[in-house]
Amino acid sequence: MSNETKTAEKPAPTETEKEWQPRIIAFVCNWCTYAGADLAGTSRIAYEPHVRIIKLPCSGRIDVSFIIKAFEQGADGVMVSGCHPGDCHYTAGNFHARRRFAGFRDLLEFCGFDMRRVIFSWVSAAEGKKWAELVNEVVARIRELGPFEEYRKLLA
Amino acid sequence: MDKLIIDGIEVEPDPSKTVLEVARELGIHIPTLCYHPALPPYGSCRLCVVEAIWKGKSTLRTACTFPAWEGEVRTNSEPVKRARRLILELMLVEAPASPEIQELAKEYGVETSRFKIIDEKKRHNRCIQCGLCVRICQDVMKVGSLGFKNRGFQREVTTPFEELSDVCATCGACEYVCPTNAISLDTITQRKPIPIPSEFEAGLGYRTPIYVPFPQAVPNTPVIDRERCPKLLRDKCGVCEKVCTRDAIDYQMQDEIIEAEVGAIVVATGYDLYNIGKEQPNELWKGYGEYNYDAYKDVIDGIQFERLLSASGPTQGEVRRPSDGKEPKSVVFIACVGSRDPEKGLEYCSKICCMYVAKHAMLYKHKVHDGQPYVFYMDIRAGGKNYEEFVRRAIEEDGVLYIRGRVSKIYKDGDQLVVVGADTLSDSQVQIRADLVVLATAMVPHKNAYEFAQKIGIACGSEGFYAEAHPKLRPVETMTAGIYLAGACQAPKDIPDAVAQASAAASKVQLLFSSDELEREPIVAKVNEETCVHCRNCILVCPYSAIDDKEIRDKQGNLIKMVAEVNEGMCMGCGTCVAACPSKSVQLAGFNDEQVFAEILALGHG
Repeated sequence: MSNETKTAEKPAPTETEKEWQPRIIAFVCNWCTYAGADLAGTSRIAYEPHVRIIKLPCSGRIDVSFIIKAFEQGADGVMVSGCHPGDCHYTAGNFHARRRFAGFRDLLEFCGFDMRRVIFSWVSAAEGKKWAELVNEVVARIRELGPFEEYRKLLA
Repeated sequence: MDKLIIDGIEVEPDPSKTVLEVARELGIHIPTLCYHPALPPYGSCRLCVVEAIWKGKSTLRTACTFPAWEGEVRTNSEPVKRARRLILELMLVEAPASPEIQELAKEYGVETSRFKIIDEKKRHNRCIQCGLCVRICQDVMKVGSLGFKNRGFQREVTTPFEELSDVCATCGACEYVCPTNAISLDTITQRKPIPIPSEFEAGLGYRTPIYVPFPQAVPNTPVIDRERCPKLLRDKCGVCEKVCTRDAIDYQMQDEIIEAEVGAIVVATGYDLYNIGKEQPNELWKGYGEYNYDAYKDVIDGIQFERLLSASGPTQGEVRRPSDGKEPKSVVFIACVGSRDPEKGLEYCSKICCMYVAKHAMLYKHKVHDGQPYVFYMDIRAGGKNYEEFVRRAIEEDGVLYIRGRVSKIYKDGDQLVVVGADTLSDSQVQIRADLVVLATAMVPHKNAYEFAQKIGIACGSEGFYAEAHPKLRPVETMTAGIYLAGACQAPKDIPDAVAQASAAASKVQLLFSSDELEREPIVAKVNEETCVHCRNCILVCPYSAIDDKEIRDKQGNLIKMVAEVNEGMCMGCGTCVAACPSKSVQLAGFNDEQVFAEILALGHG
């Protein structure tokens, strides 16, 4: 992977020195969850600021390696969200995603990942409120679990 | 002389035809009783007699059996008229009770017969023993439940052993062909014919196995109902083929799959009506058992009432209720049956019902002046140009009584129906005795909508109607490039809306076709042919069938390898193929792995 050299140059995480805040990376689809998150914003719904969103065209584009890469890059939790099953903008992308993650879950767990840190969900473009509630819930859960030190220790 | 001259008109002789057939083609009328184009000529009624000058002699011949040889034929000469008069005189004593024969006799100036009725039993006879019924039953319908008994004066048509037939198929061909209405199914069999309900008349009228689907059908061509046609089912009948003068009937015709390459598709597959009864096509929907739609004949839906109002409908436009044909003096219309009722599984407004209920109530009042229409409604949603005025007219000018509330129950009392409902404006319960109840049923997605969407790769919304690309800004396009929507397949809508959307879709297609190059979003997938191993994962997962196999050949034309290839015109850029590719040989422009990893990197540390 071409990014490996870059990661080596990055400094070690410094969160433990400061007051730790959860760092959550969310992979969302452009049409439902991203629009839902946008709606949460335009509806002025306040929610936890610790989720960073990576927009992809469809949940079907979300490669399982993104999730591992996110943890490798210091995420304490990863969210994956797309359109509700049957509502995919691209007809069937979320079904492919669902099937892929169903298999990948077990693999991650086998590798020793704490599956409480990986959250799969469906949020539609109309569900701004649901997105806000989901983020609050996930942030609360990650806060409880604390920083994801195990993986980073392995990397170090 | 090598021509055939019929009443002075010269034609080519054709011995494969009869004089009758040639004369009819020329538009010359020859009266017949025992002739039917579906049967071979029989020559029993003798009425088609014509004068043939054959080999120099004048002879009288029956036109239905006489071949169209060269010579001269006179169909209405004095000897012919004289012969016909005699035949009719004989028929008048054979079938004295037949008005058809009397009518014909009058036409030829025969008032009374010189002959006497010897058998008093014959006084009520209508049968002229032309044998059409026997022959059609035996030779065409291949049933044989009719025959002749006795000879001479005693000859008559009857069933074998004069018992009610148990082989009769109740096809009714005998009744249909009888020129004097002398035969009736009741005298042949105990069985009752089962009529075929007409789809277009919403079950209120009947049709034949060969029928034109509806009056304004385009093309206006009859179709054969494969499940009912006796020719296709049992190789019987075949009358339509014999009577068709254009040889247009082909029983061997099969359904065809027509393959066509197109640049755009407009989906206009329409809607279905919500099924009021208890049976529902899916478990999410519930029916209205309390309205007894299936149990009471006089509880009908809007489409059925529409047919009752139509001048070309089963009642010729007279409002008559289905149960006993009486004119209903009190009609209750119930709006929102199924629509706006989350309890029944349909939350949306069907949009068209408010207007057609007002129209129905108004038309009913115009046809039945002393009748009273009632409408139970939730809200009157008459948004649209002149719509509100129309509803006001129904209420104010035509005296339609609008009651705001729902109906809880319909039950039978005598020959009337009692409609129990609420009037929420006066906060009271109301009971209305009605002769007819019309339910304005919801519009639901077509029953095959989902299957079809899967087939052509478009999406259904949560209610099952097809999803447009953007509810406000791209309302006629689907997310799949080149596929457009028109009409009620996208959402419930009325005719002006459907026409507007269809026009918009047509314009979009023209826009697409008018440019030399196809403009697309730049986010499309691309295959790295060097690393692709042709595992075909991407081809299988692509929801748009945008990826295909590609052969790579060297200059000599030898096949080097197979790879996948993305059709950039069809790719919508979802990226499902990218995630599915095990060798990472497909990348999505704008969202390739490197770009996404860079994003993750940026969000990670720091």
